[in-house]
Amino acid sequence: MDRFLVGNGAGFSGDRVDAPLPVLRTLIASGLPAAMFFETLGERTVALAHLEKRRDPEAGYEPMLERLLEPILALARQHGIALLGNWGAANPPAAARAVARLAMAQGMPDLRIALVEGDDVTALVAGGQLPVHEADAGLDMGAWNLIAANAYIGAEPLIEALAQGADVVIAGRTSDPALAIAPLAHHFGWRADDWEKLALGAATGHLLECGSQVTGGVFWDPGSKDIPDPANIGFPIAEVTAEGGLLITKAAQTGGLVDLRTVKEQLLYELHDPAHYITPDVVLDITRCTLEQVGRNRVAVHGLRGHPRPDTLKVTASFEGSWLGEGEVSVAGPNALARARATADVLLERMKIRGLEVRARVDLIGVASVHDSDDGALWRGYDGPEPPEIRIRLAVEARTRDDADQAAREVLAMLCCGTAGTGGARWRVTPRILTRSHLVLREGVPVTVSLRTAREILA
Amino acid sequence: MIEVSLHEVAHSRAGDKGNRLNMSLIPYRPELYPLLAEQVTEARVLALFRHRGATCCVRHDLPLIHAFNFVVDEVLEGGVNGSLNLDGHGKTHSFRLLALTVLVPEELLGR
Repeated sequence: MDRFLVGNGAGFSGDRVDAPLPVLRTLIASGLPAAMFFETLGERTVALAHLEKRRDPEAGYEPMLERLLEPILALARQHGIALLGNWGAANPPAAARAVARLAMAQGMPDLRIALVEGDDVTALVAGGQLPVHEADAGLDMGAWNLIAANAYIGAEPLIEALAQGADVVIAGRTSDPALAIAPLAHHFGWRADDWEKLALGAATGHLLECGSQVTGGVFWDPGSKDIPDPANIGFPIAEVTAEGGLLITKAAQTGGLVDLRTVKEQLLYELHDPAHYITPDVVLDITRCTLEQVGRNRVAVHGLRGHPRPDTLKVTASFEGSWLGEGEVSVAGPNALARARATADVLLERMKIRGLEVRARVDLIGVASVHDSDDGALWRGYDGPEPPEIRIRLAVEARTRDDADQAAREVLAMLCCGTAGTGGARWRVTPRILTRSHLVLREGVPVTVSLRTAREILA
Repeated sequence: MIEVSLHEVAHSRAGDKGNRLNMSLIPYRPELYPLLAEQVTEARVLALFRHRGATCCVRHDLPLIHAFNFVVDEVLEGGVNGSLNLDGHGKTHSFRLLALTVLVPEELLGR
């Protein structure tokens, strides 16, 4: 039986950098053909990367790239395990140079690095040529400046890179599942219109793309859903067969777990209509899906179906938005709730007295915050027991940096002007980024693949 | 029948796309699936998020894996990039859902 393993080494930019090595070791120990992918790009991550690149032309790619690859690059190459990632973010060529430098330092001048480019469609959005996605139809970006726009590209250029013999494939804005579809399609020779097979690949990518989220991360609920060794959760591995079998497991000798519960949670994660999970390569349908625990930390996924891919690709456009000002202070002990409420009301009154043009919100952390609304409906209506400590948080959106800063500093002023026993002030101002989705015809995004050795890249 | 929070009998995970939130709801015991289908309605879940301006809630049923998927619109106050909320992604909302109460037969408690 022809089997292929796909391992995941990162589920987002900021994931645990010591996770990939146990996955790679498990892939090698299996003796089966395998690949690893890294998904490190969120909508926000791309926009921030573009801003980084503006400041420094050699920046704007995944900041943890070298840390992620340093322990595994030589071992992966030695065993013919291709590494794929959307580490390129806003600057895939700089990411390729970083990997090339790492390869040279590790004595691998002939490491073959493929660069996938062309997802940047900023010019098309700037020219007003792309329709806005229906979900964002009411979103008016007004005078905000466009930072960048990137199309979610599919697996085809990644497959091409593997066909050219790449050891490492560096892309920018790929769809997440494409990173898993590509090595599978390359190994098994799937056709680009074999929807059932591509659905298998898309499900593999969907289940693995968030790393430990299918092996116990985010799942973990102490006393309710316990997992072994949460400080060392093993990252996931999928075993796919030529006949269409898919099994989810994880790195050996690690913590975490794979069972029906973890797989169900991740299967439905960020999914809307279960009959139409849209990817650039296939529309995945999980309505007939069943799951089966076939061993310890081994869950088989059956009944996946695929429908033809869409003609358009999704584009995320990011805009320079307004400014976010935030300030926090704490109160604790007797009468904390009354002091916190009074602080909140005074902060909102100060916005008016100062004439600051802001949209403001106050949270009472410890009473109601993340579940609350901008008008504080939950903390205003709270009639439960007195919390031992409360942190008061003011957040404002302002057109100008100065207004955001002045609003945040009003929280600082509460250290002297506030209620008795107010302490622990922190405040900061950060630029906000707005995003809007567009659609682009597939043909409008000419993606290129170039394969060079580490030595050639640095020449 | 006894009244318990959903947290006693089911688990959930929340995710976002823009200003739209989705939450799975998965009973620990498959026998509870029809009971939750009856009691955890779209209207009840929408009511949980009315204070945030939620406009619509759709429940997708997945009987083969004994799971539900709730999709709630306009609930994230602008989403990760627009919200003033600390949790712009809305990841914590799975536990707002799990605080809802349901009536279940005592013998179906436990995992």
